[in-house]
Amino acid sequence: MKFTEELKRSAYIALWFILLTFPIMVIKVNTIENIVVWRWVNLVVIGLSAFVLSFFWQLYLRNKKSSTEMTPEKISTLHRLIENPKIYRPAVVIIAAIALVFPFAASHYQINIMTTALIYVMLGLGLNIEVGLAGLLDLGYVAFYAVGAYSYALLNYHFGLGFWTLLPIGALLAAFAGILVGLPVLRLRGDYLAIVTLAFAEILRLVLENWNDFSFGPSGISNIPRPGLFGINLTPEQSAVYMYFILIALCLLTVFVIYRLQNSRIGRAWVAMREDELACQAMGIDKTKAKLAAFALGATWAGMAGVLFAAKTTFINPASFTFLESAMILSIVVLGGMGSIAGVIIAAFAIILLPEYLRAFSDYRMILFGAALILMMIFRPGGLMADRRRQYQFQQPDAGENS
Amino acid sequence: METILDVRAITMDFGGLRALDKVSLQIQKGEIAALIGPNGAGKTTLFNCLTGIYHPTAGEIILHPTGAGPKIINGLKINQIAKLGVARTFQNIRLFGGMTVLENVMIGRHGRTSSGLLGAIFRPSATQNEEKEIVRKSYGILEYMGLAGQVNELARNLPYGAQRRLEIARALATEPVLLLLDEPAAGMNPQETNELDNLISQLQRDYELSILLIEHDMKLVMNLAQNIFVLDYGEEIARGTPQEIRNNPAVIKAYLGEEADAEVN
Repeated sequence: MKFTEELKRSAYIALWFILLTFPIMVIKVNTIENIVVWRWVNLVVIGLSAFVLSFFWQLYLRNKKSSTEMTPEKISTLHRLIENPKIYRPAVVIIAAIALVFPFAASHYQINIMTTALIYVMLGLGLNIEVGLAGLLDLGYVAFYAVGAYSYALLNYHFGLGFWTLLPIGALLAAFAGILVGLPVLRLRGDYLAIVTLAFAEILRLVLENWNDFSFGPSGISNIPRPGLFGINLTPEQSAVYMYFILIALCLLTVFVIYRLQNSRIGRAWVAMREDELACQAMGIDKTKAKLAAFALGATWAGMAGVLFAAKTTFINPASFTFLESAMILSIVVLGGMGSIAGVIIAAFAIILLPEYLRAFSDYRMILFGAALILMMIFRPGGLMADRRRQYQFQQPDAGENS
Repeated sequence: METILDVRAITMDFGGLRALDKVSLQIQKGEIAALIGPNGAGKTTLFNCLTGIYHPTAGEIILHPTGAGPKIINGLKINQIAKLGVARTFQNIRLFGGMTVLENVMIGRHGRTSSGLLGAIFRPSATQNEEKEIVRKSYGILEYMGLAGQVNELARNLPYGAQRRLEIARALATEPVLLLLDEPAAGMNPQETNELDNLISQLQRDYELSILLIEHDMKLVMNLAQNIFVLDYGEEIARGTPQEIRNNPAVIKAYLGEEADAEVN
């Protein structure tokens, strides 16, 4: 590794920035006492930050250059580890054991944030169907989340239906909303789709905020019941543990379903649609059906997550369903790696849990978040764990296989 | 000889521009036909009309699929036409670059298989068998096309010639009766073109296809095609056997300009 070239160039760039900003950042004239204040600290800060940033930038450029020269697909070490049964089997057992023991060892607060993280795992995996697999950039995913949450809250308020009845109903209503959004945007793709979905989500949020008779407006709905367990009265602590296990189970279900979808005829059709919309139609794929299925299925998980969210917090209002929430879920998918299940799970935990545990740095949260995203895009543009296509093994033709 | 594709006076207008003007052509079952003409003559536009990407302004396209009556296919959706047995390749290769070579061909099986969402999730034995069948057939096609060694390679990492072959393999997987090849030899060197020549005639025999190809390589066209249609400025200027086309003054004029220029060449 020779970084001397990059170091030298970065040093020049830093020097250049110091010179450029010297008059405004270092020299300060105090007009009251008529003296010049020399702020040498600023000079050091600017010099160092210019140096570091330009160094990373040049590393990135070099990285990019070498990656275009590389012909065989490089398999990341993470993938090699995960695909090795000697490593992943014990790892799965350990993670399962920790997940089982966790609620009995951790505090109420810990369980609560873990439950939140699990909700985001579901959301991330659901959005992954739309964005990662089918390539439909949806910036309004939070709308489906809101549909789920409000279905639970309102149907419970008006008709007294319980959590377990409303969980599938919320999912269905969200899927229906997915189709409703999907129909008018069938012809759109990329940026245009992103803008329209964003608008849909904002429309829904504004309706919820202003239609007082329907949704109780900004004051929201409170006293939403927690999920029941055969009529047993649970304390808030017990109920949090219960909630945690419901979410673990539903996350496992999500992973299972999405894993199966990914390697199915429909999953392949989604990926083909992402790669080339025209060619996939020429291969006999019905674009309309494939798109609507992706929207509906993605929305289904958001709807379920919404029901769970409402049941967990027992209070919802439109402020929980802003664009920032969509952006958060989208960054989970992007950070994790489009189309990669394991990557999205890891990213969801990282994005939700890290800010909770790093409360001390909460002032810098957004800066750190932004920096993390930029660095990710530079060094791992495919996400934490880029999606890898399934590999098939075949006997050699002379082995007499029936092909 | 029975006709498999009957194009009757189709016209395609883009705003004020008439890209195709009452073009007619017939393709017989089991023949290799070629569509030639200078750049911008409307060849690819015609292909796009045949495959449902464009809907012609006027005229009729009638397909005679095997075992079914004639069907007017203009106005149908792209995937419906693909299901009726018209497959194509693209002038600028349009593979699914992020998918493996095998998966690209497996996508071709989409229209011939049927397992849905529930099948994907619960994976009953019907779906499993269908999936095995998809893999088996796709692998068979790749073997036939000489790509069996690269099944797990990402399509975008293949060399150019192999990408062209993969596009044909993918089209074959849709079980076409009519295969449309849009400049299959573009960018190939003479040796590759020669191989392609053999491959196409072999394909036609082994898969009992009818083939319509757009090509600028005259040697390939004259070798392969039993029938040639010549387009210029959206109009058909000639049709006939290679021998007839070679000596047709209108074709020579379209390609080389006036007689005087042709002599200079």
